[in-house]
Amino acid sequence: MDKNISFTLKVWRQRGPKAKGEFKEYPMKDISGGTSFLEMLDILNEELVGKGEEPIVFDHDCREGICGMCSLYVNGHPHGPEGGVTTCQLFMRKFKDGETITVEPWRSAGFPVIRDLMVDRTAYDTIMQAGGYVSVNTGAPQDANATPISKEIADEAMDSASCIGCGACVAACKNGSAMLFVSAKVSQLAILPQGQVERVRRAKAMVAKMDELGFGNCTNTRACEAECPKNITISNIARLNREFISAKCKD
Amino acid sequence: MWLNNSSIGRKLVMSVTGLALILFLTFHMAMNLVALFSVEGYNMVCEFLGANWYAVVATMGLAALFVIHIVYAFWLTLQNYKARGNDRYAVTDRPKSVEWSSQNMLVLGVIVLLGIGLHLVHFWSKMMLVELTNGKEFVINGNAISPTDGAALIRYTFSQWYNVVLYLIWIAAIWFHLNHGFWSAFQTIGWNNKVWQSRLQTISLWYTTILCLGFAAVVILFGAGIL
Ligand code: HEM
Ligand code: SF4
Ligand code: FES
Repeated sequence: MDKNISFTLKVWRQRGPKAKGEFKEYPMKDISGGTSFLEMLDILNEELVGKGEEPIVFDHDCREGICGMCSLYVNGHPHGPEGGVTTCQLFMRKFKDGETITVEPWRSAGFPVIRDLMVDRTAYDTIMQAGGYVSVNTGAPQDANATPISKEIADEAMDSASCIGCGACVAACKNGSAMLFVSAKVSQLAILPQGQVERVRRAKAMVAKMDELGFGNCTNTRACEAECPKNITISNIARLNREFISAKCKD
Repeated sequence: MWLNNSSIGRKLVMSVTGLALILFLTFHMAMNLVALFSVEGYNMVCEFLGANWYAVVATMGLAALFVIHIVYAFWLTLQNYKARGNDRYAVTDRPKSVEWSSQNMLVLGVIVLLGIGLHLVHFWSKMMLVELTNGKEFVINGNAISPTDGAALIRYTFSQWYNVVLYLIWIAAIWFHLNHGFWSAFQTIGWNNKVWQSRLQTISLWYTTILCLGFAAVVILFGAGIL
């Protein structure tokens, strides 16, 4: 059994996108180490509702690290101080008794705060709509063996495809750059045969959309890959740079 | 033009101008080393690179590289600052794999720029500029220094201890700027992958360290009065 801990939660509260936000402190008593970070917030929210106060608004959905909905900037790290996990996979046993835990929303111009800890990440959907897909012919499905793919390529593409679009890369970046996300989405298709048809167009369109939405210029600080819950690497960014530069040179 | 209106294009300009400047620094360092071995040899290099048309053209090219690199540096940094939004985090923590220099490139660049200003006053204004404008030769203790007598200028400059300190700070800033900049430039061009990441960072560290030690050697040996 994990032992119970007590700590102070310092949470960003903000009524709406335009409202001025501030930190509020909540003392937490006897939370079991086996409680997930989001469950801990649920416990606090139950208390707040019981007292007639507004519960803390935060994003979540699957609670098993696959949907990319949860966020939260915990003690200076997106998805908390532990590497390779999402906030929903973060457990209270990672924190110390008596500690103050500071919880902030993603802070970046591309992801404006909606309320409290919830931010608007539609920008990522818009970038995906600009080219993060493949066209598929309708009709009878083709034979599964007709498109052989080597194990190495398949692994590489799967690694890139593990990006869940959570936005921690932007949250971590001092330049508010979305390059890690966009490069993972471009990479997963650029190296597979199925992605070749739109390959050149995709790199140009997704980067153009990313720039248009006001994300910053990547200066290779590597904060994104250090904080990414899916360990997406900046080798994807190098590939995106290659794809984009060669696409532009062909024009 | 995509070099201006796309983020990757703007970064490519930074990268290519940065690499060209590194190449220049490499030649510059190699020429400085001549002064350690032979004063005559060094002054021959100074004469060769005096106010001859090819040296003047190269200097103008170099100035253009600097101007482009610096203008884009401020432009990019300003855009990135805006992209970050108005609200800052209350608590921040830098992961171990993030180099301090990578997050302070503009500050380092500005220190480098101030150093360049000082350096131009110390040397260029007393050498190529004098030749170009047929201006007055620089005088040390009543002796006019020929614009091609670089060795005398080195000895004079580093006989003042504060110049030694300022130049060493300058060289340290260059080291930090390039320790990140070198591999980052290759990453920007797209020449990187999982295998090359650590190779490039190692090459970056060695190349930058050797480059800066070369510069520092001249400053220290002349400053200490050994040469
Ligand atoms: C000796 C002179 C210099 C050299 C050799 C040099 C070299 C480089 C290199 C190789 C990069 C990396 C480019 C990339 O990441 O693709 C870089 C980035 C940068 N440089 Fe310089 N630089 C010099 C002077 C300056 C000066 C004077 C400034 C500004 C006042 C400056 C500001 C910057 C900034 C802000 C970056 C980061 C921009 C980015 O990565 O997007 N540099 N430099
Ligand atoms: S690259 Fe990583 S941090 Fe960025 S959106 Fe994808 S999973 Fe999240
Ligand atoms: S809630 Fe789905 S990844 Fe965390």
